[in-house]
Amino acid sequence: MKMRKLFAVAALIAGSLVSAQSATAGDKIRIATEGAYAPFNMVDSNGELIGFDVEIAKALCAEMKADCEIVAQDWDGIIPGLRARKYDAIIASMSITEERLRVVDFSEKYYSNVLAYVTKDGSNIEVTKAGLKGKTVGAQRATIAGQFLEDNLGDVVDVKLYDTQDNAYLDLQAGRLDALLSDKFPAFDWLRTEEGAGYAFTGEDIDINDEIGIAVRKGDALSGKFSTAIKAIVADGTYAKINEKYFPFSIY
Amino acid sequence: MSWEWGVIWQYLPRLLEGAWLTLELVLVSGLIGIALAIPLALMRASDNYWVKALPFLYIYFFRGTPLLVQIFLVYYGASQFDIIRESILWPVLKEAYWCAIIAFSLNTAAYSAELFRSAIQAIPVGELEAAEAVGMNRSLQIRRIVLPRAFGIALPAYGNEVILMLKGSALASTITLLDLTGAARTISARSYTNMEMYLAAGVIYLAISALIIGLFRFMEYRFNRYQYYNHVDTPKDLDPQLRDPHIDR
Amino acid sequence: MDLQGFGHLLISGTWITIQLAIASLLVGLVFGLMGAAAKLSDNRIARWLATGYTTLVRGLPELLLVLAIYFGGAQILMWIAGWFGYDEFIEVGQFTAGVAALSIAFGAYATEVFRMAMLAIPKGQWEAGLACGMSKPRTFFRIILPQVWRLAIPGLGNLFQVLLKDTALVSVVGLNDIMRQSQVAISSTKEPFTFFMVAALIYLLLTAAATSFTMLMERMSNPAARGNRS
Repeated sequence: MKMRKLFAVAALIAGSLVSAQSATAGDKIRIATEGAYAPFNMVDSNGELIGFDVEIAKALCAEMKADCEIVAQDWDGIIPGLRARKYDAIIASMSITEERLRVVDFSEKYYSNVLAYVTKDGSNIEVTKAGLKGKTVGAQRATIAGQFLEDNLGDVVDVKLYDTQDNAYLDLQAGRLDALLSDKFPAFDWLRTEEGAGYAFTGEDIDINDEIGIAVRKGDALSGKFSTAIKAIVADGTYAKINEKYFPFSIY
Repeated sequence: MSWEWGVIWQYLPRLLEGAWLTLELVLVSGLIGIALAIPLALMRASDNYWVKALPFLYIYFFRGTPLLVQIFLVYYGASQFDIIRESILWPVLKEAYWCAIIAFSLNTAAYSAELFRSAIQAIPVGELEAAEAVGMNRSLQIRRIVLPRAFGIALPAYGNEVILMLKGSALASTITLLDLTGAARTISARSYTNMEMYLAAGVIYLAISALIIGLFRFMEYRFNRYQYYNHVDTPKDLDPQLRDPHIDR
Repeated sequence: MDLQGFGHLLISGTWITIQLAIASLLVGLVFGLMGAAAKLSDNRIARWLATGYTTLVRGLPELLLVLAIYFGGAQILMWIAGWFGYDEFIEVGQFTAGVAALSIAFGAYATEVFRMAMLAIPKGQWEAGLACGMSKPRTFFRIILPQVWRLAIPGLGNLFQVLLKDTALVSVVGLNDIMRQSQVAISSTKEPFTFFMVAALIYLLLTAAATSFTMLMERMSNPAARGNRS
C-alpha cells in the first residue's frame, strides 16, 4: 500500500515537471468546469475542483503533454465565457446538442448519458406509459429529462418541473413525486448517499442518444487533439481506471 | 435577433391556461387573506398591549421577509418534519397549489392588516362617538360603522395590494406550478424563444393589472359614492318642503 | 440552531445580497430621478416615455423582469449592438442582470416618490432662486434637490425594503445570494425548514437595519428636526 502511495506521489511530481516544461513551450490550456454537478464536477471542502470530469481533464492533459489550468465557472455563463476567451475548453458534462453546435465546436464524446427513473423501494410502479398513467413524475426544468417527459408522457402523467435537481430530490423524499426522471449517473451518486437510501432505479435505462463532449471555440484545432487524446486514454486503460472509481459500470 | 412571433400564437392556449391559474391564485388567496386580516387589524388597533403583540410579530415577520422564503418555507420546509408528513394536513400540504395559496394568503394578510388598521384609525372619532350615543354596543359598532367605513377608506390602497399580489403570484412557478410565469418558463426552456414568451406573458400580466385597476376604480366609485356626490344634479322639481337647504343651493 | 458548518456560506450569501441591494439602490435612484424629471418636464415625448416606463414596470412581476433580462438581455444588447456593426458575443452576468432588473423596478416606484416630492416644493422657491440671480440648474441643485431629498427619504426607505426582499428573486437565475446558499446548505443537510428559517431571520435583520438607516437619513436630511428628536 505504502509503496503504491509513494509511487503515486512520484508520478505526480513527475507529472508536474512535465507540465512545467510544456508551460515554457507556451501551450497552456485553460479548462472550465462548473463545480456543482456531483459526481462529475464539484468542489471539496478545501475549495479544490474534483470529480469525474476533472480527472478526465487531467488525464487528457497528461496524454496531450499540455499544461492545464482548471477553473470553475457558473453553468449559465459557461459558453459565453468560452467565447470571450476566458478559457479554451469546457469539460463539464455538456451534452452535444444542435443548439450548442451553432456556437461552439465539440470533441468526440467522452461519455454517454442515459436517462433513468428513480422510485421508492417497493412502490412497484411500472415505468411504462400505462404504468405511469395518472402518476406524478418530476424532472429538472430545461433538461433533456424534462423534455423527454413532456414529449412522451405529457398527456398521461402529471409532469412537475423543478428549478434545481436538489428540489426534485426533496419532493421525491417528501412523497410528492411517484417517480423522478433524471440523468442516470448523478442520480446513481445520489442513491448512494444517506438520503437516497430506500430509493432505486426502476425499469430500463432510456437511451436518448445523448453524448457528452468537450466544447471549444468554433474552428479551434483543440477539438481534434482532445478527440485523439480521448481515444488514447480509452485504449490504454486510464479511462477505465477513472470510470471505476465513480461507477461500477462503463459510462463510455 | 430574430423574433418568432408564430410561437406566441402556437403556445397562446397554454399561456392563457397559466393566466387562469394566476387569477385563481390571486382571487382565492386574496379572499382568505382578507378573512385573516380583519381580526389581525382589529387586534392591532386594540389598546391592550398583549392583544397587540401577537399580530405585531406576525405582521413584522411576513412584511420583513421575502415572499420567496415564505413560499419555500411552506412548500419544502413543511416536508422536513415527519409529524407533518404523517398528519391529516399532508394531503393539503402535499399539493403545490395549496402551499402557494397558504403562503400567499398569510403574506397578503399581513400587508392588508396594516392597511385596515390605519383605515380603522383614520375613522373620525366623532362617528364612533355618534354610534355610541345612539346606543350601539362594541360589536354592533364594529359591524355597522368600523368595518364598512374602514373598507371604504382602505379600498384604494387595497387595490395596490392586489396588484402587488398579482406580481408576487409569479413565484408560484418556483414550486412547480404552471401559472402564467411558470407556463412561459416551461415553454421557453424548450422552444428557446425566451423573449417571445416573456413578452407575451408580460402583455397578459399588464392586461390583468389593467382589469384589476378598473375593477377597483369602479368599486371605489360605488362604495365611496359620497365623495363623488354631485350637488348640481339634485332634482329641481322635488317637493319644496323636502328640499335640503344645504344641498339645494 | 445547528447550522452544521454552513454558517460561512450564509454569510457570503448575505454579503452578495447586500452588494446587490446597494448597487441596485444607487442605479435605481438615478432611474427614479430621471423618470421624475421626465414626468415633470415640458417635453411631451419625455413625459410619455416616463409614463410608459412606470406603467409597464409596475404592472409586471419582478420575477418575470429578472428572467427576461437574464435570459434575453444579452440577445437584446447584441441586437442593438448589431445595428452599430458590433458582432461579438455580449455576456450579461447574473449580478449585472440582477442589478439591472432590480434597479429598473426600484426606479419605476422611485419616479413617483421623487415626482410627489418635487411637486411639494412651492413654486415660489424656484422664483426666489431665479430672482437671486441663480441659473435654473443651480437653483435645482442648491435649493430644490436638498428639500426633495428630505421629502423623498421616507418613501425611498419603504422602497428600499421592497428592494432588499426582491433580491431573493435573483437566486432563481443562480446568483449565490442568501437564498441560493441556503438551498446549497439544504441539498446536503436535507433540512429545508431550518435553513429557510435562518434565511428569513437574516432578511429580518437586514430589513431592520435598513429601517434604522432610513431613520438616521431622515434626521440628517432635516436640520430643523435634529435637535428635537432623539
